[in-house]
Amino acid sequence: MAGKTLFDKIWDQHVVEEIKGGPSVLYIDRHLVHEVTSPQAFSGIEKRGIRLFRPEKTVATPDHNVPTQDQHLSIRDELSRFQVNKLTENCKKHGVTLYGLNHPYHGIVHVIGPELGLTQPGLTMVCGDSHTSTHGALGTVAFGIGTSEVEMVLATQCILQPKPRKMRITVDGKLSTGVTAKDVVLYIISKISASGGTGYFIEYAGSAIRSLSMEGRMTICNMSIESGARGGLIAPDETTFEYLKGREFTPAGADFDRAVERWRLLKSDNDAVFDKELHFNAADIEPMITYGTNPGMGAKIKDRIPALEEIDPAARESFKKSLAYMDFEAGSPIAGRKVDYIFVGSCTNGRMEDLREVAGFVRGKQKAAHVTAWIVPGSKQVEEQAHREGITAILEAAGFKLRQPGCSACLAMNDDKVPEGMLAVATSNRNFEGRQGPGSRTMLASPLTAAAAAVTGKVTDPRTLL
Amino acid sequence: MSITKFQTIESTAVPLPIENVDTDQIIPARFLKATTRDGFGENLFRDWRFDKTGRPIEDFVLNRKIYSGSILVAGKNFGSGSSREHAAWAIFDYGFKVVVSSFFADIFKNNALNNGLLPVQVPESFLSTLFRALEQDAATLIRVDLEKQDITLAASGQSESFDINPYKKECLLHGYDDIDFLLSIKDKIIQFEKSRS
Repeated sequence: MAGKTLFDKIWDQHVVEEIKGGPSVLYIDRHLVHEVTSPQAFSGIEKRGIRLFRPEKTVATPDHNVPTQDQHLSIRDELSRFQVNKLTENCKKHGVTLYGLNHPYHGIVHVIGPELGLTQPGLTMVCGDSHTSTHGALGTVAFGIGTSEVEMVLATQCILQPKPRKMRITVDGKLSTGVTAKDVVLYIISKISASGGTGYFIEYAGSAIRSLSMEGRMTICNMSIESGARGGLIAPDETTFEYLKGREFTPAGADFDRAVERWRLLKSDNDAVFDKELHFNAADIEPMITYGTNPGMGAKIKDRIPALEEIDPAARESFKKSLAYMDFEAGSPIAGRKVDYIFVGSCTNGRMEDLREVAGFVRGKQKAAHVTAWIVPGSKQVEEQAHREGITAILEAAGFKLRQPGCSACLAMNDDKVPEGMLAVATSNRNFEGRQGPGSRTMLASPLTAAAAAVTGKVTDPRTLL
Repeated sequence: MSITKFQTIESTAVPLPIENVDTDQIIPARFLKATTRDGFGENLFRDWRFDKTGRPIEDFVLNRKIYSGSILVAGKNFGSGSSREHAAWAIFDYGFKVVVSSFFADIFKNNALNNGLLPVQVPESFLSTLFRALEQDAATLIRVDLEKQDITLAASGQSESFDINPYKKECLLHGYDDIDFLLSIKDKIIQFEKSRS
């Protein structure tokens, strides 16, 4: 019998029951909750007249709606305030731990999970948010769910899930200077398309993946959903254990050593069979950026937008529609376009390492006068640390300002909206039409590329300034 | 509790021959601030359907009087992007009972099934046939039979079968609810917890 994949090992340990011809009943170890996808689930269990089954396995934080300035004041937008208050009420009523605004642990749900050590290898985790895939970086089977499923977890700590197929993406080799985790994942998605991962759970492997920091791995797993995959997963190793050591909810002392012994077993067997295997070379990857309206429409910054003839005939109408929205011409160069906004933040790139990277790049430089730059930390802890490390001061000297934590301009549910027609280089995960505000235009890139755009005022390969 | 039962539908359809229709287009983020499940249909495809002043954009298909019905026929990779169930609620609330495409995003498919909206996945060639038929005649009738798992162009009889998970099929046919099922096996869940500790 062939060996098991890492995904199979974790999944199989969590199956309570298989339904004949149907999905599995999967047990969930940790449930993360935010204000947007939970209110209808809480009112659902109330309508059923039942209590939360395992409130201690649920942790909540408001992130999508929160303002990134003046968080000590009441939220100005009435609907946002109502939704955030609703979360507070629901948590109080149902005994769920809440890290609300101004709490030292507050932040984007996918940033605080790993940061607090709530995310651990071998667990199953869900959240009513597609970027739950982020947590897979620590060897966790984590994926986004809809509100009906949030209600299932509140009610029974289980969900009904068909088992996805398994794909392994191996990236071998050494990444060149100026090429970051974000470029790796944008490269992969540009090769397999925004639907290339649909139906699969991806395990990332290979020396280039191994060489990434924990935070870089989170960026890769975060974007798995953008290829259509349910989630991404990286086998835990010394980098993972080192990252988890000493965190708030990580086991301590001898318990930690015992946990590490267990975690070491979490890897795909050598003879494990995947439904699909893909290989990429790190040496082929360069700084990337998207030019279209889905994350699969990406290219190397130094390249041109494809000409119409290079696009599969069946996809040409969508390609044209996409470029018309972006106001870009097929076949035109990508670099050199005037940029109005840059956004560094979100659950993709709002972590400490991202802020350090931006600060390191802009030190001694100045932001272009016409550029509006939003630097938004992913959590209160990241914000505090940025102050402690002097990053805030470096940014301010270069004309930037560090804001307060939240999802911010990634989906513009708060006040941080890119105005109609303006062009943003963003480190977030989606460039859909109107994603950063109605009529806004988004090019996805790494923090380094966003920083280069802020300094030059145009789309720029960051390597030319290193 | 239960979801709306689904058995057979014969209806005209609305064609949306665009690929990668993402959840942000189906229901833009600014409409996610509601705390109930109602009324999302009003803002379905909001930014494709209305201009900035709130006037309907004439050539968008939902505003073209000749097209109506409870079946939405859409391009490849429908529902990509967010896990927001609001997308499925908006489509259902607007009045669609079926979405046909050659490819669906996973989470969207689950969300649809959990809310009584049937995703019907057909081969690329059959999808083209449907688009052509709807282009030639907006009154084209399409029949979707969940029991038999087939979709048929009423006039020509051209038909294609579709897959659906047998458990989900039962749920839809009878209006069963997943949570009721999970609650019914609570003892097993508690047993499972004990076995792991």
